[in-house]
Amino acid sequence: MFISSSLRWLIGPHNLAVTAAAVLVLLASPAALTQQHSTLAEAAQLGHHLQPRLGRTVDNVADSIVSPDGSALPEGSGTAAIGEGVYRARCSACHGPVGAQKGNSLVGGIGSLATGKPFKSIGSYWPYATTLFDYIARAMPYGQEKSLTANEVYALTAYLLHLNGIVGAQQVVDKDRLPVISMPNRDGFIELHR
Amino acid sequence: MTGSDKRLPEQGGLLARRSLLKATTVGIAGGFLLPTQAAETVPLWSTHSGSAQSEYGERSAFVQDQRQVQFGNPYGPQAGVSYTPLATLNGSITPNSLHFERHHSGIPAIDPSLHSLTIYGDVKRAVRFSVDDLRAYPLESHCYFLECSGNSYLNTLPRAQDLSVQAIHGLLSGSEWTGVPLRYLLDEAGLDSRARWIVAEGADASGHTRSLPIDLARDKVMVALYQNGEVLRPAQGYPMRLFVPGSEGNVSVKWLHKIKVQQTPAYSREETSKYTDLLKNGKAEMFSFAMQVKSVITSPSGAMVLQRRGIYEVSGLAWSGAGSIRGVEVSADGGQSWVAATLQSQGGDRALTRFRIPWRWQGHGAVLQSRATDSAGNIQPSREMALARYSAAGFYHYNGIQSWAVDPQGVVKNVYI
Repeated sequence: MFISSSLRWLIGPHNLAVTAAAVLVLLASPAALTQQHSTLAEAAQLGHHLQPRLGRTVDNVADSIVSPDGSALPEGSGTAAIGEGVYRARCSACHGPVGAQKGNSLVGGIGSLATGKPFKSIGSYWPYATTLFDYIARAMPYGQEKSLTANEVYALTAYLLHLNGIVGAQQVVDKDRLPVISMPNRDGFIELHR
Repeated sequence: MTGSDKRLPEQGGLLARRSLLKATTVGIAGGFLLPTQAAETVPLWSTHSGSAQSEYGERSAFVQDQRQVQFGNPYGPQAGVSYTPLATLNGSITPNSLHFERHHSGIPAIDPSLHSLTIYGDVKRAVRFSVDDLRAYPLESHCYFLECSGNSYLNTLPRAQDLSVQAIHGLLSGSEWTGVPLRYLLDEAGLDSRARWIVAEGADASGHTRSLPIDLARDKVMVALYQNGEVLRPAQGYPMRLFVPGSEGNVSVKWLHKIKVQQTPAYSREETSKYTDLLKNGKAEMFSFAMQVKSVITSPSGAMVLQRRGIYEVSGLAWSGAGSIRGVEVSADGGQSWVAATLQSQGGDRALTRFRIPWRWQGHGAVLQSRATDSAGNIQPSREMALARYSAAGFYHYNGIQSWAVDPQGVVKNVYI
């Protein structure tokens, strides 16, 4: 394993100087050794300029990050009315019959954040509706992650937004409509970036 | 204070005392001690060959410190934490077996031959690296602390919890991390002009996802492959993890397998609904990556009992996400007077720094505290100051001064003053 890595490093197309140094070592004349040493010293100074560059170009990477602009949202759609059934089958065991299981609640608390008893839920705290799709698709249901279809995730997203009073029961949620849904706490954050 | 206590090690702790008692019991039960005066007894282990060398080492059977495991809620037991036993460890490196853990959906069993790192998005070409590829890059090794953003949150509760330093502050560890500087890999992909953020994604079942500004990602961030000289353990991200020095542990994405480069953050669940700091006015701070200057006395500390009067070494750890530790002061009178402690492993950027100072205990009540100052001049705040801006529901990034009260019986307790 180590040898194959080393060989790839030596013969990589982007490392002509290093390859040349290796050839000089093979020749093993005193002059060549001197040059080899100076090449190593130079390499130490140049640091990151001498990398093996082993990354293979890949096309069509599956984009798995759903951001607020809706990038990576798949085709498909759902409504809260459909989502209610999916929720009962796949989510209610942990989150309760209507998303209000204590300790695992997904609803309530709108207007509570500045009080002495703030409650963070999807409705009261989450700034973007796209985050719901992203998180459900990657991390839910707990123990059966990534088992939901795109339609099921859209429907569950619609249902949870509906439980929080954000969309109607028949409102269709899809890749065009989800990014434009306005969340109550959209302006509740100060980004520090440090 | 009694005769038997003379056998206690100088850094007395209940765990160490139990170990010694057990050693004595085993000897007697085995019936190997000669019926001579104790001082002339030849220990059993001095009279015959010990066990043979082995492929993989184990610690002494008399050393029993363990992580304290807290499972997630009943619906997700693997989404829990385990706390490093800070009171019984020393120096500034945490053994890998005792490094704290926080997982969001358990520890995946990754086959490294089937795992890779892909960088895609706003780059000139998407690139993929195998684990072996990354091991062939120029590597860097640095000692850094890793602290969970929620570490010490118990001290934000209204009442002081009578718990150990492990239970309160044990989501903190220090290691030498070795890996590939992330900027090498980002530059190999080639950032395009829209690139402002990276979004790192783990291969665990939770698909843990965090966004980082590109400038931070190109600074000291590495794709770590080794911890304290050995290949990463599964609980720490085997075969590769992101490591973001000085930042809340949550952004050092374990089991790293994809990095998307894009113009905005992802605003993932872990950086919006969690790991944001709610203020009293109802607004919340987001992308508050850096852990603030902090220290804690690990001995004497909560749940310990001082067994004798006399000289003790007060010892603890200090760290800061803003740089190195410039100094640590210790108070034994609840903050009325402060004395500079001796720093060891001094000058480590974003590393744990061990501090020590001798202390004479004469059997009176005392309150031990430590206060760290970092290389940027930040001074660790009091509990009151640390909590001043934050909501009762905002328990991340707490860095207030820890107070350990010692009563006349030697019992050490967590207190608020």
